Amino acid sequence: MNINKSLLISLPLAIAALVSTATHAQTEQEKGFEIAARSDRTDLGFGDSKVEAKMVLRNAAGQETTRELRFNTLEKENEDVGDKSLVFFQTPRDVEGTALLSHAKILEPDDQWLYLPALKRVKRISSRNKSGPFVGSEFAFEDFTTTELNKFTYKYLREEPCGEFTCDVVEREPRYENSGYTKQISYIDQQDYQPRKLEFYDRRGDLLKVLSFGNYKKYDNGVWRAHTLNMENVQTNKKTDLIYEEYTFKTGLGNNDFVKGKLSRLR
Amino acid sequence: MNVIALKKPYLLFGLLSLSGAACAESNWDFSGNIELESRYFVESPQFDAQDDQKFQNAVDSTLEFRWRNNDGNQRISIIPYLRWDAQDNERSLVDLQESYWALESNNLELLVGINTVFWGVTESVHLVDIINQTDSVADIDGEQKLGQAMINLAWQQDWGLLNVFVLPGFRERTFAGIEGRLRTPVAVDNDRANFESGADKNHVDFALRYSHYIGDFDIGISYFSGTSREARFTINENGTQLIPIYDQINQLGFDGQYTKDAWLWKLEAIVRQGHSDTFVAAIGGFEYTQYQIFDTNADLGYLLEYQYDDRDDEEPLSIADNDIFAGARLALNDPQDTSVLAGIVYDHESDEVFLNVEAETRIGDNYTITGRARFINNTDSSDALDSLSEDDYIEISIARYF
Repeated sequence: MNINKSLLISLPLAIAALVSTATHAQTEQEKGFEIAARSDRTDLGFGDSKVEAKMVLRNAAGQETTRELRFNTLEKENEDVGDKSLVFFQTPRDVEGTALLSHAKILEPDDQWLYLPALKRVKRISSRNKSGPFVGSEFAFEDFTTTELNKFTYKYLREEPCGEFTCDVVEREPRYENSGYTKQISYIDQQDYQPRKLEFYDRRGDLLKVLSFGNYKKYDNGVWRAHTLNMENVQTNKKTDLIYEEYTFKTGLGNNDFVKGKLSRLR
Repeated sequence: MNVIALKKPYLLFGLLSLSGAACAESNWDFSGNIELESRYFVESPQFDAQDDQKFQNAVDSTLEFRWRNNDGNQRISIIPYLRWDAQDNERSLVDLQESYWALESNNLELLVGINTVFWGVTESVHLVDIINQTDSVADIDGEQKLGQAMINLAWQQDWGLLNVFVLPGFRERTFAGIEGRLRTPVAVDNDRANFESGADKNHVDFALRYSHYIGDFDIGISYFSGTSREARFTINENGTQLIPIYDQINQLGFDGQYTKDAWLWKLEAIVRQGHSDTFVAAIGGFEYTQYQIFDTNADLGYLLEYQYDDRDDEEPLSIADNDIFAGARLALNDPQDTSVLAGIVYDHESDEVFLNVEAETRIGDNYTITGRARFINNTDSSDALDSLSEDDYIEISIARYF
């Protein structure tokens, strides 16, 4: 569920990409994929993680609404299978205990279950709603669930300065259905291979949102995490900040913590 | 005061189950809400004994005390629910929605105490859901439940989740008092009930449930043996009150949902034996959602369900027989989580119509406001809903969460 966590790279594909560079001139597509895969690879083997986060929603007039959430993630090293994740809502108080369980897929629709604490009901929900807003924020559902490398095709554009770094600029197009985007443009630094900025283009091809990644930290396991994600909708001027606390890794989470039967037992 | 709600053995069972865990560690979490609810009845009451005030006001509160140990494998939950109704004493209630201790070990969980569980997939009727008694005076939608004492063992495997329930102690359904609205023509005596079992309400019930998902299919198969949550009625000696009779039943249930694209296809079915004749009931339908309608953030869902029930007059009354439910749910997906649900249930045999509209939004961080309107139309004296036909109401409730 971590947007800054790129997904597990397909090793065969990556090798194929590397081999191909040796044999003939690299195409823009190959170079784009290679940069995305290298960034993705920095995340390999994190196992599982837990993190608390605060989501601050700001409308055009600057009014704020805050939500507190917990994210649990289980890495699936097999790249044909997506990660499993759980989002648990702590505030607003009236939805406390609401939880969203996702079993991500690569190109197929994800499996998702929602827990409604007022009725103590677990409901399988449609995951077709990729482009809809996640809990009223400027993040769409797909912004959380589509960090898998192979959900996109890539194209290298250029390199340019980005803050203190130099970034590779790579365009990516969704391969999965029902995306709200025609393309995204990612800015990946050449030093730590982490995304610094992501631009989203809507179905009409116009710039819709800009996501900035900040406050990066490299954890003991070698994995990088951004702790401040600022999403700005440039068409509506609404903003959402997602501010993460410290991550903990290898917490002992397993498959049984990501089953629908667990949802009523989280509190 | 609805004294059935707080019988001593019940409370004792709930509290004893907690004494197993040492509560020295200070991992307690407290939250809750308090709600003011005001109903306005559009018409004067149908029966002489009913209070003819058009407003019915109530206050309710849920308090949630939760504890988890440092290892995370033991937890305690204590959730009292209190309701005070200014008009109808029988609507006032003290209940424990939860009061349990649970221990997890690998893929097993043992839970001892009082809990509330939900089974099922459909929206307009919950056929399969049987563990908890319905707090029917809370809301005629039947979704509010009373806590049930249980020993529950849950076993999670790759092939699914198996739940075994031993259910000591029975909760009687709540019914409106003689002065209350939304009641039967002859009011129910809440202090008297008859049971088929010689153990009366102390009969220990048993239930089993298996649930899993395979690809786009989610399924549940359940079995219940014990005291029926639904009552038959007999009239008392002088014909002034109804006395509930709770039979011993066996019920097999199935619930399934097929989730494909924006469609949810749903089915619930039960076979029940024990009242008089064995009968079958089923509900099936779909929920289809259009996302981001008219280029906004809002979603519009359409709901359609068919309710079938072949029980006869000897069995507890069901109004969900050969009825069609059609509804629409609008979710604005705004920061206030504003949503509106409108539904109609039409009985194509009797032509009775039940209309229901619910709207909800959040104000600030800690308040929610909910509006409800419920109308029953087109009944005649032989219809099940006729005694409610003068009880159309509009309700506003404001809740403060903390």
